[in-house]
Amino acid sequence: MIGLEPVATPGAPLARRNPVAKLAAGLIFSFVLVASLDPVAPAVAIAVELALLPLFGIRYRVLARRAWPLLAGAVGILVTLLLFAADRSGPVLWTAGPLLVTSGVLVTALGLVLRMLAVALPGVIVFATTDPTDLADALVQNAKAPARFAIGALAAFRLVPLLGQEWQMLTMARRARGVDAGRNPLARLRLFVATAFALLVGAIRRGTRLAVAMDARGFDAGTPRTVARRQVFRPADWLLVAGAAALAGGALAVSVALGTFRPLIG
Amino acid sequence: MASVRLVGFGWRHAGRRAWAVRGVDLRIDHGERVLLLGPSGAGKSTLLAALAGLLPADSGEQEGTVEIDGLDPAKARERVGTVFQDPQSQLVMARCGDDVAFGLENRGVPGDEIWPRVDEALRRVGFPYPRDRPTAALSGGEQQRLALAGVLALRPGLLLLDEPTANLDPAGAELVRGAVAGALDPDTTLVLVEHRVADALPLVDRVVVLTPGGGVRADGPPATVFAAHGAALAAEGVWVPGHPTGSRPATGPPAAGLLTADRLGLPPRLAPTDLTVRAGEALAVLGPNGAGKSTLALLLGGLLRPGVGRLTGTAALADGDARTPPHRWRAPALAGRIGSVFQDPEHQFVTRTVRDELALGPRRTGRPEAAVRATVDGLLDRLRLTRLAGANPYTLSGGEARRLSVATALATAPRLLICDEPTFGQDRRTWGELVDLFADLRDAGHGVVTVTHDRDFVAALADRTVTLHPAREQP
Repeated sequence: MIGLEPVATPGAPLARRNPVAKLAAGLIFSFVLVASLDPVAPAVAIAVELALLPLFGIRYRVLARRAWPLLAGAVGILVTLLLFAADRSGPVLWTAGPLLVTSGVLVTALGLVLRMLAVALPGVIVFATTDPTDLADALVQNAKAPARFAIGALAAFRLVPLLGQEWQMLTMARRARGVDAGRNPLARLRLFVATAFALLVGAIRRGTRLAVAMDARGFDAGTPRTVARRQVFRPADWLLVAGAAALAGGALAVSVALGTFRPLIG
Repeated sequence: MASVRLVGFGWRHAGRRAWAVRGVDLRIDHGERVLLLGPSGAGKSTLLAALAGLLPADSGEQEGTVEIDGLDPAKARERVGTVFQDPQSQLVMARCGDDVAFGLENRGVPGDEIWPRVDEALRRVGFPYPRDRPTAALSGGEQQRLALAGVLALRPGLLLLDEPTANLDPAGAELVRGAVAGALDPDTTLVLVEHRVADALPLVDRVVVLTPGGGVRADGPPATVFAAHGAALAAEGVWVPGHPTGSRPATGPPAAGLLTADRLGLPPRLAPTDLTVRAGEALAVLGPNGAGKSTLALLLGGLLRPGVGRLTGTAALADGDARTPPHRWRAPALAGRIGSVFQDPEHQFVTRTVRDELALGPRRTGRPEAAVRATVDGLLDRLRLTRLAGANPYTLSGGEARRLSVATALATAPRLLICDEPTFGQDRRTWGELVDLFADLRDAGHGVVTVTHDRDFVAALADRTVTLHPAREQP
């Protein structure tokens, strides 16, 4: 599972930018890259992302540890495509028994995998450098998101780690009651669904209690809310957003200049 | 400063036939400190919710009037602060200081006044950590202290405490009571609901006793109220001071061993432990928070795989399975040998009605239907649940849910019963019933293991105690 808690050095120049600015920059960067199917633009983008990493205060080793499921997924997709893709055009690069790797297959597979990494990395970087509380504050103060939504989601988010413990408890409690599935896959599925339902019921009950407690402390009672932690959107934050757009555009331009650009539409 | 006035007040939750509370006439003046008492089901929590303005008009039916400073409670919510029972579900933010600030933000307190008021509130409850301490790193008692600070920061005229220590161990409960005692000032009116009267008395100067469906039965200074109604209240389940509980020592020596733990442990939660569990003996497992008591209960219950060491069931317990460790037994076989009762009864409920809940275990272990019915009826009767046979387990009160969770573990007639904090938050009546039930089981030759902080329970029941110590901190 990809962790969500921040791991960056807090003082790094880009890590301490406004969370909304980081989120916007990440989204723009990702969306621009979706526009092309070639491997060059995402490769350039990944190079840019990795080059900027020190400015976000993230060590490469820490990123690798956090993003390994992503890397494992990418390798898996690459291998699958090389083995099974229908398109076998272009000169043959390598052959071993029934396995036939052509340049066409390689380009398509690399394009897809690199695109996936290039699109996902900004998200990983944003969440690795952003405290959830700061993000909720900035969403309310700088992006004019309703506090009911942002703070409510934040409070719910805090309960997520409890779900893992709860699942383990429910599973053990069922075993203690004489309920197990043995080797029967259908019984296993039924038990899984029943446990998931109990988890959901428990989560709703806890959420309701939390909502009452928030109510009792005046949340969403109609009084205009003030803020204890001020989030400011500075010119540097605009620069970050503009920089992200420019760099993503640059990656596309390199691809066009090299003649590898293959638009998603058309 | 706030005063409370109730005239003929009653409330019935939507969809219920019975009134949760009815016919209450009560006046509480500025600065009074009131302990609200009554047996389970007298409507104490409903009354508190009414004062807090947390009973929306569309969620039930109201009779009579309730006023805070002459206002409808829904309009007086700024004057009232409430601390609830469950620490987990009243903290909102990830950092302690932010959580205290949450209420101040909601009330629209100007930004530059917030942090001084947060610091003041944290100081008033004696909070020992800096503002950026993660709320997830706090113990239950510390979380309740923080919740109290979050309420006090709003400077309520009326402070409502709904059993704030019921889910806590004795050390945590002491932390919270100390914080309440230190934080009260002459300007704050207090209404407290608490089972454990002796612990609450130092905080209050007046006791109000509710009767289920019958308004206020007694009202006055604690000494007067307990002199007149103490015995009756104790019989109804209130923990009145000066009414000792009975004790049930074993009638015979322990019999055969059931389980043997040999350097059994699960680092870092539980250090390796040696232990023998015997039939005909009530064993109590004691120790501070973090010593791994609950982990030991799960290991002994065959629910967790041991990290180190071994757990062996003797032939007396395990029949042909004695060479297989309990965590690898099939669930129906396990349930027929070892019954486990969890700390939170709701974790254990699997079906839709109380009756099905009791029938589940015997059916899984392959009893004939007639025997299942006889077992279920016997348990319903013995644990005063017959009236609730068709009810959904999730709608039961705390005492009823506890009795049901114990009954479900007994339904398969296991040779060994393992309970994690069975008496947490229970009233005196359920408490006494649990002592008798466990003592009867032991005297009938069953083994009983309880993990507990409850010293009275240990004194009343346990034949032997084992004290765990925290596993050494990993460097």
